[in-house]
Amino acid sequence: MSSATMTEASGEVPVFYEVDEHPHPEGHSTSLGFWIYLMSDCLIFAALFAIYGVLGGSYAAGPGPRELFDLNLVALNTAMLLFSSITYGFAMLTMEKDRVAVTLVWLAVTGLFGLAFLGIELYEFHHLISEGATPQRSAFLSAFFTLVGTHGLHVTFGLIWLTTLMVQVAQRGLVTANKRRLMCLSMFWHFLDVIWIGVFTFVYLMGMLR
Amino acid sequence: MSAHDMGAAHGHHDTHGAEPHGSLRGYVIGFVLSVILTAVPFWLVMSGVLDNATATAFAIMGFAVVQIVVHMVFFLHMNFRSEGGWTMLALGFTLILVVITLAGSLWVMYHLNTNMMPSLHDMRQIP
Repeated sequence: MSSATMTEASGEVPVFYEVDEHPHPEGHSTSLGFWIYLMSDCLIFAALFAIYGVLGGSYAAGPGPRELFDLNLVALNTAMLLFSSITYGFAMLTMEKDRVAVTLVWLAVTGLFGLAFLGIELYEFHHLISEGATPQRSAFLSAFFTLVGTHGLHVTFGLIWLTTLMVQVAQRGLVTANKRRLMCLSMFWHFLDVIWIGVFTFVYLMGMLR
Repeated sequence: MSAHDMGAAHGHHDTHGAEPHGSLRGYVIGFVLSVILTAVPFWLVMSGVLDNATATAFAIMGFAVVQIVVHMVFFLHMNFRSEGGWTMLALGFTLILVVITLAGSLWVMYHLNTNMMPSLHDMRQIP
């Protein structure tokens, strides 16, 4: 049953078709598939960056970036994300050495930096909204909250994922499946850091130059 | 360079699903580079040393592009060999779409703004 044979009556060379799937080791193409997912995410952010680029100057007589943004806060935020990137790298290195406890510690440190990032961002959003700079105020603010908020939402889901994986690693140890999951989250986390480079450059720094 | 070596060292593992996770040296180099590449544009904007907004804008865009490449190489371990080059192919395709999306939107909308409603262009002038 593994192959169907078609021999033609004329006596030509028979053609073989392989019908059954090859055996593949579990997860052999996960990283490529996950990479393609990240690339689709990248297109979402490209569209949001394009929207911000088009609408970023439409203040509707409302406040502009110069009045709203606090670069010290953004620099602190960027540092948090950068620290969380390298601590995740350390978690991957200890994972390779199969040291469960140390890996969990590095993952926890990464999670705390991620939480700090989210906390600072929520503080910034709260501050903006309390000043009346809500998403409804102008096209610039709508685009700003959509772009930065989508990134923040990604970080939030990354944190939920990180917590889930920490529970799984604590329960099952560093089995192959858990290593694969941690590898995917590693790509996700570093990818978010790459997107943040675009955010702090195009939204915050360029905004201050307008 | 180290990411390059690391990729070569792990290349033969690809057949059984192991992925390169980088080395301590690679992560530290990437981190130090990205701290510098983040600090300089912030300093350029906050101190205003260049005294010219356009020059500063181009400088910080340059730093952002370099930093993205640094993150790709040292943190995401991009190279031409992983998955037989398919990750790089997907990245190339995505970059083309990103450039079309960004450049196309900005170009079209800029011309719409300048050509269609000249008196309403700057909303700040409306009382």
